[in-house]
Amino acid sequence: MRRRIGIDVGGTNTDAVLLEDDAVVAAVKTPTTEDVTTGISRALAGLVERAPAAREAQAAMIGTTHFTNAVVQRRDLDRVAAVRVGLPSGASLPPFVDWPEDLAALVRGEVVMLEGGHEFDGRPLVPFDAAGMRAAARRVRAAGIRSVAVAAVFSPLNAACEEQAASILHEECPDVAVTLSHRLGRIGLLERENAALLNACLVELARKTARAFTAALRASGIAAPLYLTQNDGTVTLAEVAEAYPVYSFASGPTNSMRGAAFLSKRADALVIDVGGTTTDIGSLRHGFPREANSVVEIGDVRTLFRMPDLLSMGLGGGTRVAMAPSLTIGPTSVGFRLTEQGLVFGGDVLTVTDVAVAAGLIDLGDRSRVAALPASLVDSTLARIRAMIEEGVDRMKTEAGDVPLIAVGGGSFLVPPRLAGVSEVLNVPHQAVANAVGAAIAQVSGEVDQIFQDLSRDEAIARARRAAEDKAVAAGADRATVSVVEVEDLPLSYLPGNSLRTRVRVVGEIAR
Amino acid sequence: MRPVTLDEIESLAIGAWILGTGGGGSPYLALLNMRQLYRQGVTCHLMDASELDDDDMVAVVSNMGAPLVGQERLTDPRTMALAVTMMEEYLGKKFRAVMSLEIGGGNSIQPFMAAAILDLPVIDGDCMGRAFPEAQMTSFAIHDLRMYPLTLADVRDNAVVVARAASWKWMERISRKACVEVGSIASTCKAPRTGKEIKDCAILGSTTKAIGIGRAVQAARKAHRDPIEAVLKLEGGIKLFVGKIHDIARRTTEGFLRGTAAIEGLDEFRGHTFRLAFQNEFAVGWLDDVPRVMTPDLICVLDTVAGDAIGTETLRYGQRVTVIALPAPPILLTPKGIEHVGPRAFGYDLDFRSVFA
Repeated sequence: MRRRIGIDVGGTNTDAVLLEDDAVVAAVKTPTTEDVTTGISRALAGLVERAPAAREAQAAMIGTTHFTNAVVQRRDLDRVAAVRVGLPSGASLPPFVDWPEDLAALVRGEVVMLEGGHEFDGRPLVPFDAAGMRAAARRVRAAGIRSVAVAAVFSPLNAACEEQAASILHEECPDVAVTLSHRLGRIGLLERENAALLNACLVELARKTARAFTAALRASGIAAPLYLTQNDGTVTLAEVAEAYPVYSFASGPTNSMRGAAFLSKRADALVIDVGGTTTDIGSLRHGFPREANSVVEIGDVRTLFRMPDLLSMGLGGGTRVAMAPSLTIGPTSVGFRLTEQGLVFGGDVLTVTDVAVAAGLIDLGDRSRVAALPASLVDSTLARIRAMIEEGVDRMKTEAGDVPLIAVGGGSFLVPPRLAGVSEVLNVPHQAVANAVGAAIAQVSGEVDQIFQDLSRDEAIARARRAAEDKAVAAGADRATVSVVEVEDLPLSYLPGNSLRTRVRVVGEIAR
Repeated sequence: MRPVTLDEIESLAIGAWILGTGGGGSPYLALLNMRQLYRQGVTCHLMDASELDDDDMVAVVSNMGAPLVGQERLTDPRTMALAVTMMEEYLGKKFRAVMSLEIGGGNSIQPFMAAAILDLPVIDGDCMGRAFPEAQMTSFAIHDLRMYPLTLADVRDNAVVVARAASWKWMERISRKACVEVGSIASTCKAPRTGKEIKDCAILGSTTKAIGIGRAVQAARKAHRDPIEAVLKLEGGIKLFVGKIHDIARRTTEGFLRGTAAIEGLDEFRGHTFRLAFQNEFAVGWLDDVPRVMTPDLICVLDTVAGDAIGTETLRYGQRVTVIALPAPPILLTPKGIEHVGPRAFGYDLDFRSVFA
């Protein structure tokens, strides 16, 4: 039997589930704690109490927003060295050039720019300055910097310069953590370098966090290996993932969408995740969230890597409802204080949850406390919520015609059973812990984004696919289960021959 | 002549991206360069063409190559300046000012980058009034001005002078070949122009216009008003369609990004579809299969909420977009202009009819 533990650490709650094959056999919701780890320990203790078999799980997967929060809140970040390989190109735009000044001042250590890099077709731009790299490595050591990000021009197409830089760094300062940009991002030097720099300043935190998570797991009597869930709905072994914390940035919403797909057995649908403060709507394709194709800003730093395409609205169970001067819903919320401040819980703030209780959509708290709400107010609030959801669903639709909508999250009772543009609203068991379920079912992925020349479209895609499969297997996938989930190709203007930028992503089950 | 503030260049980046009509490349990296230069104490100056003497020489500059390569080999003001000084050496004459080839997209900012290094003013104008994919699609070509010489420089100190070319097409072929050889990205200084040629044949005032458009978008956003309405009002534009992109087909032929995008109507356009054809830039738009708008009228696709322009390379499924038309410069609307940049120049067998007619 396949047993897996899924854990999702959100801003309000830490959820944990145990899956046996495809069945959810236990689920726990506990408040998230300041240090994160205590909340995880409590959730695991609850899980083991309900299902002692959790101790025999073969894998445990954790999704967390811890690293994003560190960047946004500017805490626990390390000072790093930036090594750019590409001179004489790009000299006027050095590393950190488009960072917010407060964050740059916090993390900017040595900044080194060296000759090297490649052309779009793999030719060297100029020879790599290995001697300059060695001198820079010695300065890094002398400055006591513990983490280095290396970005070379066109490294996603030819990583030789970054690899050479890494081996020189390892020789000169063996204890330094090295982030290579080609492992993280796509074409787009500044954005890829920014992702590498963010990663470098989080590596130490990630290492500590992953070890604390593992310790929490062991303390609960669970021997299974720990995986961290990634932005794209897949997982990586914690000891590998701790080197790439930026890949965990958006794992929360991704996990709830993946969980929705699993619980509803639908691979193509829209998902609406209604929480306490916000509602996220995303689109599932082949069981995975559709990705944003544009620049993503994290803590005001421009990056470009795998992130789900989401629409966020200020609507949740704790959203405030104001009657005067006119009916207003949100955007503020009482958040995790709903159980103190909401009317049905004895508080004095009218929230969306109170209206839902008055309308009989859900039975929570003391219903008599909302009996006096005018029916017209209840009706018009629900009508407004329906309009907000219909508008949001319509914005995320990518095709004409009605589509199925899967409702998950603690506030999913707010989603009306029938909506314009929606063929059916799917409510599924365990919908309140869909995110932890999504973590538990995560698979391993591999991706290739490369320019191919003078190949037919089919040949280019086949070659990219083989490379992506090799990457997935290297990351822990079972080759027999690997399948393609995304193929994208973009012909390139102005390049000679028949140039095609091809991106292929594959996923597979964890090899046992 | 007047100094230009960094805020104006920030506005220029937004306005020029809109005037790019889907092409011209994102101005972001050029804007970052200007922020660096201004931080170092540089101030650029904008010069009205009327301040030029007839025999002054003006450098017309542009970055040439594949936008994707430009995302890795980041644009550098010194390379652009190098192309200009090479031209001065070749001619044995000094330039009085620099000017943009095309005001649409990133090339709107390239002359400011060169000007910052060379300490020259930037002429308020260009020779397209928007962006176009080919060398003969300029007001200078429409006026039959000479198309050579051209200088081309890359960041490694490779440089080429195209001393003569038999036609605009030959100039395009030869310079494109050199550009590809140095890695599909290069800085170019086009055929030098006299003050008289600029005054008679350039599209004047387009820099100020792009700054104004950008400023209108920023002001509207700040006041939580509709930025697209602000652009339409400022430029006398027409809102053609509002909807959601539901199909895109792209292919490369003859070195261009060609394709179509279909938009499904929303709001007052619900039940209708709009189809756009592009060759780097948007060329023709059909409303329910009837031609509605065509080049050289400016066809701009904007993010419905933010008002930002969307390039033909970044169009994708599900985007909420508003299609607007802005008036083209009068020179492009003359019979000769239509020959160079009208629908037939892009392979569409349509008689040009302006939406503003």
